[in-house]
Parts: sequence; structure tokens; C-alpha cells
Amino acid sequence: MACPPPSQISALELLGFGECGWGISLVWGLGNSIVIALGAYSLGFLIGIGGAFGKLYGGPILKDLLAAYTTLVRAVPELVLILILFYAFTGALNEILLSWGYDRIEISPIVTGIVVLGLVQGAYQTEVIRGGILAVPVGQLEAARAMGMPSLTMARRITLPQMAANALPGLANLWLNATKDTALLAVIGFSELTRATSSASASTKAFFVFYPAAMALYLIISLTSTLLIGRIEKWARRGQRDVRT
Amino acid sequence: MRFLIRPNTAAIKPQPPSNQAPSTLLHNPDDKSVTPPASLPIYSLAKPIPGAPNLPKQRRDHMPDQGSTGASQPIAIRVSALRKSFGTHEVLKGVSLTAREGDVVAIIGGSGSGKSTMLRCVNFLETPSGGEIEIGGEKVAMRAEGTPSDRRQLERLRQSLGMVFQNFNLWTHKTVLENLIEVPVHVLKIPKAEAEARARQLLARVGLAEKEGAYPAFMSGGQQQRAAIARALAMNPKAMLFDEPTSALDPELVGEVLQVIKGLADEGRTMILVTHEMKFAREVASHVIYLHNGIIEEEGPPDQLFGAPKSDRLKQFLKTVG
Repeated sequence: MACPPPSQISALELLGFGECGWGISLVWGLGNSIVIALGAYSLGFLIGIGGAFGKLYGGPILKDLLAAYTTLVRAVPELVLILILFYAFTGALNEILLSWGYDRIEISPIVTGIVVLGLVQGAYQTEVIRGGILAVPVGQLEAARAMGMPSLTMARRITLPQMAANALPGLANLWLNATKDTALLAVIGFSELTRATSSASASTKAFFVFYPAAMALYLIISLTSTLLIGRIEKWARRGQRDVRT
Repeated sequence: MRFLIRPNTAAIKPQPPSNQAPSTLLHNPDDKSVTPPASLPIYSLAKPIPGAPNLPKQRRDHMPDQGSTGASQPIAIRVSALRKSFGTHEVLKGVSLTAREGDVVAIIGGSGSGKSTMLRCVNFLETPSGGEIEIGGEKVAMRAEGTPSDRRQLERLRQSLGMVFQNFNLWTHKTVLENLIEVPVHVLKIPKAEAEARARQLLARVGLAEKEGAYPAFMSGGQQQRAAIARALAMNPKAMLFDEPTSALDPELVGEVLQVIKGLADEGRTMILVTHEMKFAREVASHVIYLHNGIIEEEGPPDQLFGAPKSDRLKQFLKTVG
């Protein structure tokens, strides 16, 4: 059955999962957005932990490299970075591969998205985690050192859990940023939520149906996150007195 | 009155310290006068800490010379010609110390005299600028500029020293029990159940059996410090280092911590104690070192140092701290 012209379809039907609805496309976009946000955030977290420890305890060369990385990434707009990495980077990579006699490769947009946003996240998280580590009272680490705890065990068992309590509000902000930054990937044609919304509304001209729907979906991500983060924060601050009492 | 310390604990009748079983010192059910007031926890010293050395406790009466338990005991900690500078400021100008097993060495001195720095150099929380440190007969490998050169050796030697800090430094994200088993389980690889059983014994020993699930931030300073002592003991250390263990405490909480430390001394534990509690140092130490401006101004057995100080500076110092 052919769909009637969009102007004759109700908003609910447009958003629905039926033949004439765009529901599946929107949910697919939402899923992609969440996957990219999760992937980028996790990658950023790994970079952030390594970067923070490197900046604090690394040698002079590592410190300089990390300083260059955080400065550059935080200075350039994410959109520009995405374009650079997607077009320039994959282009350069393929040039190199071809010159070495390999075949051209296609980097999937989802991997690009995760890597680009992960690098951005990594720069910001490095600073947030570094601040969190600096706020750990030195006595907490001295106690571990005095008992002969090896440095890696100390980082894992003492520094990171104590850092978490300090860094969580900042890390939570960055998670919300990560969910929204996924929208930037629309420019490279990746069908995340914003791109799916824009396609749907362009085809149906029902802008006032799809954009508020996308807004609601972003809001749901954000509210769910806030709820979860609250629980994590409560757990990370176990053993600490409430500053309000 | 030789023992104790603070007005609120003065109700505890002192016992002559020599040749008494430790259990009667603080806890004798037949004698009401030695039972602490109900508000104070009772530390039963009848049960020694598992693994504690069982040395004769009449250390002081048997050491006319250097205040040591006797030259026959092996050396637990030796510090030789230790120097330490912060930038251009030389805090320690060549100080030495020998603690044989069972010795209690007290380091006293004014603010800025270098006493805490000296103690912290023993386990390399401060990196010495020169000199030698020997722990349990083993020299700590050092580079020329004083930094330790063998990380594994340092970790191993640190595990044999129990450190107690002025500010307790219990890990705030762990309960008291978790604090006690952290290093035994995750570094020394002792089975968790075994470590927990031992930790509970130690907590009972310092009067904190009911606090095992509490987080440090919700305990009094005295309780935190007793837990910190238990945490150090959980490593089964060969020697204890106390860095002004009562200086951060409210006056009425000092007594309970000193009682625990005294119990350890009576057990024959080797310890080095940096303290401001002169009466306590006199009571518990076998050897006292008076540090002034980074050098040892005077040292000797406590009765000599406190009873008949030779140096004018020490006389002056004892007058001020009263």
C-alpha cells in the first residue's frame, strides 16, 4: 500500500513504526547515537586516565606531548576536528596504503565517530581526572606507600577510587556533552539521531513533529543519565560526610 | 606517678611498670580502681597480638648504658649519618639512631627540629640527601643522591614497618575492616577470610570491635588513630613508626591512644616514636633522642634525659613543654 501524502498522516502515525511511520529510523538513529556516545566516552576515559597519570607522573617528553594534545584538541571546534579526521585523516591513510601497494580501505563512520569524539573526550577528561587526582589528600597515598603498596596497586586501589569522588561531577558533564556531540556526526552523513530526524522531516515537511520528538529523545537520554550518575556519585562518595550537614 | 598522662585518665591507678604482666596494667577485674571509666573502652591486653615478639618487658631496668634492651638483641633499625635538605635548607645534618629489637626510641624536639623528617626518612617517605638506613639488618639500596634504587626491596622493607601518622590517614573510601585487610589481601596475598579474622582480633584489641563497618569520617579522632594502629599491626610489622600520633587529637582523646601504644611497648614491640608527650616518652621509651636544628643535641635513657639533662637547650625545651 502506498502511503498517503504526509500532510494527511497524523503525527502519531508519522512517528510510529508502521509502513508510513519514521519510528524505526528514529530509534535506529537514537541507538547509533548512544553507541557512539558510549564508545567515545569509554575511549575518552581510557585516554583521560592515561593522560592524567602521564601529565602528573610522566617524563618531560610525555608531559609536553600530552600538553600539546590537550591544548590543541580543546582549542579546535569539535566540528572542525570531525571534518579533519574524517576527510583528511582517512584520505591520508588511504594515500599511504595505496603507495605501499595495499588496497584502499573504507573506515566505517561509526568507528570514525567513536575515534574522533573519543579523542575530544580524552582531552577534556585528562584535565578533569588530573584535577580529581590532585585533590586526593597526600596522606591517603602516603599511607599506601608506607605500607609497601606497589604503585600500580596504589593507583587502582587508592588513587582512582578517591579520584572518582572528586572528578565525577566533571565527568558527568562530559558524558552529557558526549551524547550531544554525536549530533555533529550528521555532517559526515552518519545516521545518528539528528541526521535521522533531519531526513524524516525533510521528506515529510513535518518539522514540528520530528524535531520535538528528537528533543524528547535527547531529554530522555539526559534524564536517565542524570539518574544513573546520581547513584554512581552516591557510591563513589561513600564514606564521606555530606558537606551540607 | 609515672604513667599517664591526662587529667581524665588520672583515675586509672598507675601500677609499677616493672615485671608485671601487661594484663594487670590496665585491666584487672578485681581492682575497681584500674578499670577505666565506663565511657572509655577497655583494652584487654591479656591477649597479645598474634605474632607479636615476646621479649622481656623490663627493658629500662636492664640498660644502664645506651638504653637498649641489650646489645644481644639484633638491630631492627639503624640510621647512620642521615642528612636531608629541602632545597638549600638543611633539615637533618647527620643524625644517627640504633633501635634493637624490643627498643622503644622516642624522638623529641621543638617544632622544625627535624624529628618528623627523621622518622619519615626511615621508610623513605622523605628521600634522604645522604647517609644510610638499615632495616632488619638489610641496608636500603640508595643512589648517590639518596633516592632508593631498588623499588622492590623498598616495598618489601616498608611492609615490615608499621607507620602511624599524625592525621591517621585511614583510607576514607573504605570501612575500618576494609582498611585493615587492604594491604594484607591485595599486596601480601593473604586469603581474605584469614586477613579478616586477624583484623577482627586486632580491632577487638584496640577496642573497636563494633566499628568494623564504619567509615573513618564518622569516627572520633581517637577511634581513627586506634584503627590506624590496628591497620599498621595487620601487616605484622617488625617495627612500628609513630609520627606524632596524638598531636591531632582533642586532649580528652589522647589517653586512649597512648594506652594502646603503651600496650604495644609492653609487649616488646620495637618502635620509634616522635612525640610531644614528654611524660609518655619518659614512661614508655628505652632511649630518648633530643633533636635540635637537625642535630642530636642530647640522647640517653629517659630518666637521665628528663631527670638530669646536660644541655642547656634541652633544659630550656623541657621547661617550655613543661
